[in-house]
Amino acid sequence: MLDMITVESVSKSYGRGQTAVDDVSFTAATGRVTGFLGPNGAGKSTTMRIIVGLTPPTSGTATVDGRRFTDLPNPGLEVGVLLDASAQHAGRSGHEILTVAQRTMGLPRTRVKEMLDLVSLTSHEADRRVRDYSLGMRQRLGIATALLGDPQVLILDEPANGLDPAGIRWMRDLLRGFADSGGTVLLSSHLLHEIEVIADDLVVIGNGRIVAQGTKASLLAAAGTVVRARDAAALAQAMERAGLAITAHPDGSVHTDAAPDQVGEVALAAHLVLTELRAADGAGLEEMFLELTADTQREGAAA
Amino acid sequence: MSTTVLSTPTSESSPGATTVVERRRPAPAPIPLTRIIGVELRKMFDTRSGFWLMASIVITSVLATAAIIVFAPDDQLTFDNFAAAIGAPMTVILPMIGILAVTSEWSQRSGLTTFTLLPRRGRVLGAKLLAAIAVGVVSMVVALVVGVLGTLIGSAIAGVDPVWNVSAAHFLLIVLGSVLGMLFGFMLGLVIRNSAGAIVTYFVYTLVLPPLLGLLASTQHWFANLQPWVDYNFAQRPLFDGSLSGQQWQHLGVSAVLWFVLPMAAGLFIVRRAEVK
Repeated sequence: MLDMITVESVSKSYGRGQTAVDDVSFTAATGRVTGFLGPNGAGKSTTMRIIVGLTPPTSGTATVDGRRFTDLPNPGLEVGVLLDASAQHAGRSGHEILTVAQRTMGLPRTRVKEMLDLVSLTSHEADRRVRDYSLGMRQRLGIATALLGDPQVLILDEPANGLDPAGIRWMRDLLRGFADSGGTVLLSSHLLHEIEVIADDLVVIGNGRIVAQGTKASLLAAAGTVVRARDAAALAQAMERAGLAITAHPDGSVHTDAAPDQVGEVALAAHLVLTELRAADGAGLEEMFLELTADTQREGAAA
Repeated sequence: MSTTVLSTPTSESSPGATTVVERRRPAPAPIPLTRIIGVELRKMFDTRSGFWLMASIVITSVLATAAIIVFAPDDQLTFDNFAAAIGAPMTVILPMIGILAVTSEWSQRSGLTTFTLLPRRGRVLGAKLLAAIAVGVVSMVVALVVGVLGTLIGSAIAGVDPVWNVSAAHFLLIVLGSVLGMLFGFMLGLVIRNSAGAIVTYFVYTLVLPPLLGLLASTQHWFANLQPWVDYNFAQRPLFDGSLSGQQWQHLGVSAVLWFVLPMAAGLFIVRRAEVK
């Protein structure tokens, strides 16, 4: 496992003290899918644009395999990038867009058809102009462009946008296979569930700052315990008396950072009947995501 | 939106559990400039609008030639008249090609892919510039061929001897003038990076500005002396007449620095650092 993408203290500010990205550092390793998670406008896209050299950072460095992206001799052969599937000349056909990329990278012409087959775009669809493509088709075309040069690294910004459930499943399997064969994947999403099912490592960003990062397992472990009792109010009281920080939810469940056995002891001492006691997993991560981004995300603490 | 998470994550691959194949490969060779020029030429033709813009060079040349044959009196069926008729639409179309070669990357946002595959933007713009010049020169050769055919056919129809009153040197100056016009469009595209804005600016520069400067020169004596040095349009006119004095070349050079070289340098400087969104 090697750090393939390294982002070090990257900041990007625009005039008038507007900071899009603030001292962001993280790595993405080979053989792993790194999920870049954050609400809309948190700075995910800006960070990714900085990695691929489209946006110059105000300070800090970003490297891929130890080199700045702009120093790569033929970047398409090393890093596959999809930042915005709609950013294509609307008057070109899908086939033509791939051909332009294929020629730029200096690849054999047969690669275009291979990629179209890989992303399941029929030759009829490929001959249509991108103007008439659905967002899902544009995403597939973008994935095809990213994979065209057989790169070892993939950088994808919200690749699941516009894909139907089957398409998302397909994308997930594709990225899993890519990482398992030694590739590095960095993909962003504002949807927790999307990231949760695919990522090995997580980087959570809110308002331009990294708010959490680590393996998915470690972030899940840190997510605490979900517990339910027949008498929810009594449980909450008992836990508070025991000095546990809790969040009581309207559905009767109580969430705490403490470990399940601690919670069990409290319930036993208070003679409470528990109906549920478990480590907070997926739900816990969601809790964490909302919590971590609560004070920074646009919707406020509405969740 | 999240309908897909029904299946439990099977993707949880604990570190070390997966067999990670190291995919070390030799560093790829750099992309040669010739390949980038080839790609940029292709991009000028491969959209419907791009194709018709190129086709319009041939179409307007033929139409202009036909118009001369039909409407001009017999003694006006001279090569220079054909050249002028063909050259007029050319001076509009070529700068449009120059503008769109640059601005489409921004207006159509294809620059996101272009500058990711080719992060050294100076090379991409250099390739675009060379591709534009190539298109400009080839277009002028097309115009030459159409003009020659027009002169031959026109004089044959009228039953007069063809009049070849444009020298090779004159033709080269016309080519230079046309390519300079095209490069001016290219520069506007680079500085403005928006198709509509650059095209409007081009027409303001070629249609609105000259009469205003002419008016200024006719009323203000000091400007009349200065104009050849600072008015790029004015300094280019002798190119199309076929001969330039040494001083006129100097006028062209000085005004080109003001109107073309400096803004071009500023545009390059900005584009190489600007964000591509």
